[in-house]
Amino acid sequence: MKTAGKEFGLIRVNSRLSNLTIRNGLLIDPSQKLEGKYDLLLKDGRVAEIAQAGKLKGKGDENIDARGMIVCPGLIDIHVHLREPGQSHKETIASGTLAAAAGGFTSVCCMPNTAPVNDNADVTRWMLDPARGAHVNVFPIAAATLGSKGEQMTDFASLRKAGAVAVTDDGKPILNDAIMRQAFLGAGKLGIPVIQHAEDTRMTAGSAMNSGPTAFRLGLRGWPSEAESNLVERDVRLAAETKAHYHVAHLSTAGALKAVRKGKHNHLNVTCEVTPHHFALIDENVGDYDTNFKMNPPLRSKADREALLVGLADGAIDCIATDHAPHSFDEKNREFDHAPFGIIGLETALGLCISILGVKHKIPLRRIVELLSTNPAKVMGLAGRGTLARGAYADVTVFDAAKKWTYHAKDSHSKSKNSPFDGWQMQGRAVATVVGGEVKFRA
Amino acid sequence: MPKPCSLLGLEHLSADDVTRFLKLARKMHTPHPKPLLRGKRIALLFYEPSTRTRVSFEFAAKLLGTHTSVISADSSSITKGESIVDTGKTLQALGADCIVVRHPSSGAPNVLARNLRIPIINAGDGMHEHPSQGLLDAYTMLRHKKSLKGLRVAMVGDIQHSRVVRSNVHLLSKFGAQVILCGPPELLPDTAAALAPDVKISRHMEEALRKADVIMMLRVQKERLAGLKLDAHKYVAQYQLTPERLKLAKNDAIVMHPGPMVRGMEIQSEIADGPQSVIEEQVQNGVYVRMAILTACMGVA
Repeated sequence: MKTAGKEFGLIRVNSRLSNLTIRNGLLIDPSQKLEGKYDLLLKDGRVAEIAQAGKLKGKGDENIDARGMIVCPGLIDIHVHLREPGQSHKETIASGTLAAAAGGFTSVCCMPNTAPVNDNADVTRWMLDPARGAHVNVFPIAAATLGSKGEQMTDFASLRKAGAVAVTDDGKPILNDAIMRQAFLGAGKLGIPVIQHAEDTRMTAGSAMNSGPTAFRLGLRGWPSEAESNLVERDVRLAAETKAHYHVAHLSTAGALKAVRKGKHNHLNVTCEVTPHHFALIDENVGDYDTNFKMNPPLRSKADREALLVGLADGAIDCIATDHAPHSFDEKNREFDHAPFGIIGLETALGLCISILGVKHKIPLRRIVELLSTNPAKVMGLAGRGTLARGAYADVTVFDAAKKWTYHAKDSHSKSKNSPFDGWQMQGRAVATVVGGEVKFRA
Repeated sequence: MPKPCSLLGLEHLSADDVTRFLKLARKMHTPHPKPLLRGKRIALLFYEPSTRTRVSFEFAAKLLGTHTSVISADSSSITKGESIVDTGKTLQALGADCIVVRHPSSGAPNVLARNLRIPIINAGDGMHEHPSQGLLDAYTMLRHKKSLKGLRVAMVGDIQHSRVVRSNVHLLSKFGAQVILCGPPELLPDTAAALAPDVKISRHMEEALRKADVIMMLRVQKERLAGLKLDAHKYVAQYQLTPERLKLAKNDAIVMHPGPMVRGMEIQSEIADGPQSVIEEQVQNGVYVRMAILTACMGVA
């Protein structure tokens, strides 16, 4: 694909455009129930016009010909670890957001387990400083308790004011009922979600993978699915009491999904996200101690994966989020029980969604866009994103849903290469990522 | 000549591979073995305490004419925080031709094998496998029984934490033996039955021992219980091998134990030292089997 007046290679592009048209694509915007051939005009960082294909000819200073491509509101990943401040050998805000742009994401929400922890407005502001060199929109999620120690609440209002969009102690689950209730009450006042990494750590000490035949075979301590579902059940009860918005991070078990369904059925503000690796893989895939298959929550059983696929199709699951968790080669290249949890995921998410959800399980693209853009924006309260309505932010993803390609982790834009999908054949890939009207990535 | 290879576990070996090790062990079972590995350097890297396995490998290696060096976790750079990969690379650079490794983490030998060029021999990793023990147990069974096929083998005790069990189950299953695992649910999860074909689970020792050809008793691994509380009296009452229970097995049944034994806990002394016990013989055979393993893994036989 070529854009008038400029050659784009396989590298990132950062061109400031006054206006840009994206023409002849199949536009899918679930927020407006739009699906059809439309042209899109982006002007001054906003969506200026959507018109029948062919109608916007000659209106843009620059044009993207999206013939045969899908054009949708920019993808939003509400769960990433950008590792800055403090662990820039794994990732930086610049490198992580470059990987995001390459994967078709226009916005990411970054977790607070940095060093120092993002538990005060100074850290939040530091993350948002233009000097960080972010390639896509960054929305920090703040710690719910000081140092994520689960003892003393952070100042939600000042964090919110500094730019935080939610609170969580991701990785350090809030087990104490009283603290969780306080978090719900505080977040409720501000209208932001409390995100829980649902793991009852009293049940998972020393565990490296899901309980089951594979854990037994490998002689690894098993991690029971109840460690997740019990905590989600507790949280749903507290959310009912406090009327707050409860969001379950990286939900991985059938039991926890059942609890979320129940909460929704009772009209509670309960939402959840699922990672691509939990719908793509199961515990058996760990093979013989491949640490790129070690994550938290762990890969689960076949039955859990099937329950997730049902929830992704029928709407019980709100979003897909990657839990992009970069680690250096040396950190992962060690004993399975000592290796850190987590994998990178920004550049494989779209391909996995289309290959597995779309092609294999016949989930329509409209629903996939909803899972990757419309709903993540709603869950995080990102007004003017996840939609291409007139006046919305000019965040747009153009992708080729038919493109077959092979993922090579070594080519990742992330600083880390810890992916279980290295060498996987995929279908579907971003071809242009437009953030605020600027083309940030072109394939 | 066969190529050098690692021995990380028995799960992925074929029955033929196992037979090759066992045949070779019979050749080593002689008062004056040939120094087939003269001048080779063997590093014995022990991250966990061990008596029989370490000395057995060391004697085996020395009988084959090698230079050996024992590296233990508490007297090496490991205490300074060196990673297993770096320790392995250092030993390789020092000219080790093979590393025998014992480690508390399941899969640690796999990490070394992925990162080094020399053969790695697993001398027991966490709760995963103990392939040399599995091979010496089969070797010992075959000194007393004609064939492994159809053999009824009862393994009783702490199955969950036992690498010996996993190696034995994989091996026995490849030869068509019937394996019965027996123990309380906290030490024997139901998922254990999925480890290999023809594995059954029994919660009653009497049922497990009935008509058994081989009884393998296991120690409760206190160091791996991770907070699990076990009622010792109840355990002894339900799972100790007593003369009365032994009578349920075939008359010519043999009693095995990989050691270390806790007399009065899983086994009574009079059985451990009795006529059906082959526990000492297991230890003796360990040296021949480990000579076979070293020779085969270094590609010499």
